Amino acid sequence: MYDFAYHKPATLADAVKLLAADPDAKAVSGGHTLIPALKLRLNKPSALVDLSGIAEMKGIRREGGALVIGALTRHAEVAESAEVKAAIPALAYLAAHIGDVQVRNRGTLGGSVSNNDPAADYPAAVLGLGATVHTSKRKIAADDFFLGMFTTALEPDEILVAISFPIPEKAGYAKMKNPASRYVMAGAFVSKGPMGVRVAINGAGPCVFRQSAMEAALAAQWSPEAVAGIKQDADGLNSDIHGSAEYRAHLVTVMAKRAVAAAG
Amino acid sequence: MNLVTPFEGIGASVKRKEDLRFLSGRGQYTDDINRPGQAYAFILRSPHAHARIAGIETAKAAAMPGVLAVYTSADLAGIGGLPCGWQIHNKDGTPMAEPKHPVLAEGKVRHVGDPVAVVIAETRARARDAAEAVLVDYEVLPAVASMAAAQAPGAPLVHEGVAGNLCYDWHIGDAAQVEAAFAKAAHRVVFETTNNRLVPNAMEPRCAVGDYDTATGEHTLYTTSQNPHVIRLLMGAFVLNIPEAKLRVVAPDVGGGFGSKIYHYAEEAIVTWAAAKLGRPVKWTADRSESFVSDAHGRDHVTRAELALDAEGRFLALKVSTQANMGAYLSTFAPCVPTYLYATLLAGVYTTPAIYAEVKAVFTNTVPVDAYRGAGRPEATFLLERLVDVAAKRCGFDRVELRRKNFISPDAFPYQTPVALQYDSGNYHATLDAALATADWAGFEARRAEAKARGRLRGIGISTYLEACGIAPSAVVGSLGARAGLYEVGTIRVHPTGSVTVLTGAHSHGQGHETTFAQLVADKLGVPIANVEVVHGDTAKVPFGMGTYGSRSLAVGGSAMDKAMDKIIAKGKKIAAHLMEASVEDIEFDRGTFRVAGTDKAKSLTEISLAAYVPHNYPIEELEPGLEETAFYDPKNFTYPGGCHIAEVEIEPETGRVHLVNFTAVDDVGRVINPMIVEGQVQGGVAQGVGQALLEGCVYDADGQLLSGSMLDYTMPRADDLAPVSVATHTTLCTHNPLGVKGCGEVGAIGSPPAVINAVVDALRDWGVEHIEMPATPQKIWSIIHGKSC
Amino acid sequence: MPQVTLTVNGKQHTVEVEGRTLLVELLREKLRLTGTHVGCDTSQCGACVVHVNGDSVKSCTTLAVMCDGAHVTTIEGLAAPDGTLHPMQEAFREYHALQCGFCTPGMVMSAVDLVRKNPQGLSEKEIREGLEGNLCRCTGYHNIVKAIAAAQEVMHGRRASVAAAAE
Ligand SMILES: Cc1cc2nc3c(=O)[nH]c(=O)nc-3n(C[C@H](O)[C@H](O)[C@H](O)COP(=O)(O)OP(=O)(O)OC[C@H]3O[C@@H](n4cnc5c(N)ncnc54)[C@H](O)[C@@H]3O)c2cc1C
Ligand code: FES
Ligand code: FES
Repeated sequence: MYDFAYHKPATLADAVKLLAADPDAKAVSGGHTLIPALKLRLNKPSALVDLSGIAEMKGIRREGGALVIGALTRHAEVAESAEVKAAIPALAYLAAHIGDVQVRNRGTLGGSVSNNDPAADYPAAVLGLGATVHTSKRKIAADDFFLGMFTTALEPDEILVAISFPIPEKAGYAKMKNPASRYVMAGAFVSKGPMGVRVAINGAGPCVFRQSAMEAALAAQWSPEAVAGIKQDADGLNSDIHGSAEYRAHLVTVMAKRAVAAAG
Repeated sequence: MNLVTPFEGIGASVKRKEDLRFLSGRGQYTDDINRPGQAYAFILRSPHAHARIAGIETAKAAAMPGVLAVYTSADLAGIGGLPCGWQIHNKDGTPMAEPKHPVLAEGKVRHVGDPVAVVIAETRARARDAAEAVLVDYEVLPAVASMAAAQAPGAPLVHEGVAGNLCYDWHIGDAAQVEAAFAKAAHRVVFETTNNRLVPNAMEPRCAVGDYDTATGEHTLYTTSQNPHVIRLLMGAFVLNIPEAKLRVVAPDVGGGFGSKIYHYAEEAIVTWAAAKLGRPVKWTADRSESFVSDAHGRDHVTRAELALDAEGRFLALKVSTQANMGAYLSTFAPCVPTYLYATLLAGVYTTPAIYAEVKAVFTNTVPVDAYRGAGRPEATFLLERLVDVAAKRCGFDRVELRRKNFISPDAFPYQTPVALQYDSGNYHATLDAALATADWAGFEARRAEAKARGRLRGIGISTYLEACGIAPSAVVGSLGARAGLYEVGTIRVHPTGSVTVLTGAHSHGQGHETTFAQLVADKLGVPIANVEVVHGDTAKVPFGMGTYGSRSLAVGGSAMDKAMDKIIAKGKKIAAHLMEASVEDIEFDRGTFRVAGTDKAKSLTEISLAAYVPHNYPIEELEPGLEETAFYDPKNFTYPGGCHIAEVEIEPETGRVHLVNFTAVDDVGRVINPMIVEGQVQGGVAQGVGQALLEGCVYDADGQLLSGSMLDYTMPRADDLAPVSVATHTTLCTHNPLGVKGCGEVGAIGSPPAVINAVVDALRDWGVEHIEMPATPQKIWSIIHGKSC
Repeated sequence: MPQVTLTVNGKQHTVEVEGRTLLVELLREKLRLTGTHVGCDTSQCGACVVHVNGDSVKSCTTLAVMCDGAHVTTIEGLAAPDGTLHPMQEAFREYHALQCGFCTPGMVMSAVDLVRKNPQGLSEKEIREGLEGNLCRCTGYHNIVKAIAAAQEVMHGRRASVAAAAE
């Protein structure tokens, strides 16, 4: 790791100020994406702005037909939250299956979603539920948020504050893990609710995406069989030593089927 | 004096003495050692598989804050290359090609990870910061990343002087006899396979701390090694030219080895040398990703085999042609692994009367390959046990019956194979029957049907294996090319008040020697294990020994201790005879008590040891005081553990994921000293074998970049990848060592991979699959089921 | 240089660190608590697991500066002050759940957290899944799983000793 300065602001405003003042500074929440990258010397920030002391980024609350989860909420907290389990059990399930226990004890919703790793879990839920991302500047619809591999609509000095998840009628999540890293090799988050029928695919492509053919099929008939016959095009999907694009394309259908089955 | 309870001797599952310090965080591993004034080394490694070094610019790095020195090969004048401990001869009798293995690259790099320069600084981070400022001018050369590429006509040469990248072309057995047998065979079964390259990945990364005493001129190396004396010998004599008397090598607690910590590595020489040069202790600790490109890898064979059978299924002859990847340089034991630890095992548990094997060892632009748990024997076992299954399928025999028909029968021992080894004992029918019963082989079809109803494909697989360990008879291995003897030493020091210190040349890095060896003492001398201390791993404390590998600690090291205890008893009897005024012939010894036969006169070991050290009433004219004996044991033969492993798997057809659901091991490891430890060794070995079969595998791209170069890409078995493993033993005693022990460290990793793959192939029987290469990853299985290529 | 003040195994320390100093470096190099190990550089092996404010955490993936004011427990602080082993330590010994001992501190710390957070009790499968973040190369996990199953009975007061839980 290269050395850096360290700041721990107590308010969102201070954090934004620190980030705006120094283009080479970086935010850090749980650090479970950033620190491994720093250890491999993949990047060289001048300073880290630790968000973990900012009260307004914490907490899980119900707001009308939505569940609003603070960006600093750790995966373990989402997994254990009675509120989440009651409103969107698929989201609690997803959180309970991110990485391992220790990763879930540190990693945060905000960190995961802002990072937008193609192999991450949360982006599938955000897109698959049609959530809204609240930032220090604005509100961004999920459909406009994930722009590409490790790229989001967030600006350098913009901080993800919370995410509002509309509560669906049904939702389910299934994934196949990469056998070595245990990140997602192909996953599907499906839901039916106020945002319509949505199918978000993660792991398989360079960025989480919606599978419209499956959405149409499920809108017509909500059942695992409805998606079982729909093939994902392998073109443009990721390929590595654990899974070719073709294999991942196949897994997309299998995972979508399993996700619908899980949703009930 | 405390009494030895029946729960402490041979055969008792004594809880381990070493556990307390490990469980409370008080183990002392090499990286836990910090010497006053210690500096830190960072090794700059080649990012290229093959390149010429046109120049190295170190001045900028040397000027950075906290940097003490930057060294390249230019600074190492007079320092030798890393030696190889074994010389193999070609078919024509000429010696193998043995190119220099420099400590730091000289003019050329030959694999990704080849050390190029070393930066020494006040902190690890500073050393690494500065290493980025070392400018190396590489002229990248075309690389040979596979054996096929290395042997292609006109292939680039890894070493200029080594034509065709061929290290050696060796053979064993009687080719003419084999051809004759093939000519009259009813069936000929050809089988080709690749034994996947593995990364050992002991959980403790390698580490070395060099220290130098300017006052005495003594060098000390603390290192993560399985055999400190071997390191002292190789590094002192061949690399740094330091006399043994001035070089101490300490291998403290070592966090797993599995072979990878046998070898003498460049970093050990670098820190030892640099500590003297700088007058400061120097520590180097590998990052895990660095381990991937600097620890010797394992396996990596490509083999074509052909088995001849008669109409009834009797094996008539076996012909094997293997290519073995050596990597870019010869690691310490590398040449012997695919020859004497592999081809000599090709008879397995079968009576095949004629065997011929040829082995070509090939240099490639990859990390050196050497022994990894099992070393050669897993490759032989995988080949044979898959071949038998393939033969059964092609020729229409039942796979269990075909094995049984060809077993060496229990009354045929000692049994001479056509490939040099003479097995001393075994009962393969017994281990097979026990395993079939435990695994409920007969009831499998019902389980398969039940799984099918759940949408899962279930398969069962068997492997009946044998291995040779207890390495090794010195004269035999010497004639085969070993440059050292492979005996072991043990010293038993009975202190005045009867407690015992055991000094052993064997080294424990997880095997529990501190307990097992203490049990031997408890059993024989009657000293409670709480009063027995086992000392190992420090050349300043223990006599010259060869260390731990090849499941040799108990069979060879334990036997040395046993002999030393015989000497203790013999001397004790003389002292007892003197004290009790009897003749030596009349003294009997049993677990701690010397008795005059037929009388009630007796002296305890403590009384005798006290007399030995306080010789007021002592035959001092005839007998030296003290009660300490050293014995060396050179085994007469290898030992031959064997047994039967049965795996049961279920496949998710939709994803291709293979789940191990059951595993049964019935092993004959000879006499069992501590059943709990034996069971643990087998379970650990099986986990590594299952890892090889289902999960692990090194992948190099065509340019020689290691694609599976970290734990993010190389699949390490985790708790949820494995299933409970049922372990049982069936004992036939080793006939030629005093303890009757055979060795249990490697059987798990040797017997299990073919059992697992046989099960996977069985699960896919409806697809007509004959073979699946390891590792059987989900993608591979999926592509078979769905008729895809991958 | 930043300063951190933290309580480790009940004892408060104030230490000067760099921004980039990892918690595991602080423990091993500054406080000489070498029971916590480093087995990888990609946050996957769990040899470095300690408890931070009661949660199991990979100390190789946590900055020391992030632990200002935190309560940290390492393997050295798990046994009672009089040396009595924690039931998890006891169970590891009883079931031969360690061989080389290198993974053991992290494994034990993970296991303690896992059991504490699951008072309802864990099945064999759940224990295996709960160990996803910890690698052991020696044991094949079989005995580790058995040890944790036994320890949970004692930790939740359902049995008096790990040996009794073996029955
Ligand atoms: C061993 C291991 C296994 C893992 N397995 C998985 C897995 O299976 N699935 C999965 O989804 N993830 C996995 N992860 C990643 C883990 O979930 C991370 O915790 C998460 O992705 C990032 O959250 P964080 O709080 O740790 O982010 P950090 O590491 O703190 O930050 C990540 C990035 O986001 C930025 N950032 C952080 N917070 C904010 C914010 N509020 N606003 C704007 N930018 C911000 C940072 O600047 C940084 O660039 C794994 C991690 C590890 C170490
Ligand atoms: S050292 Fe491997 S996870 Fe921390
Ligand atoms: S006991 Fe050696 S790694 Fe687990």
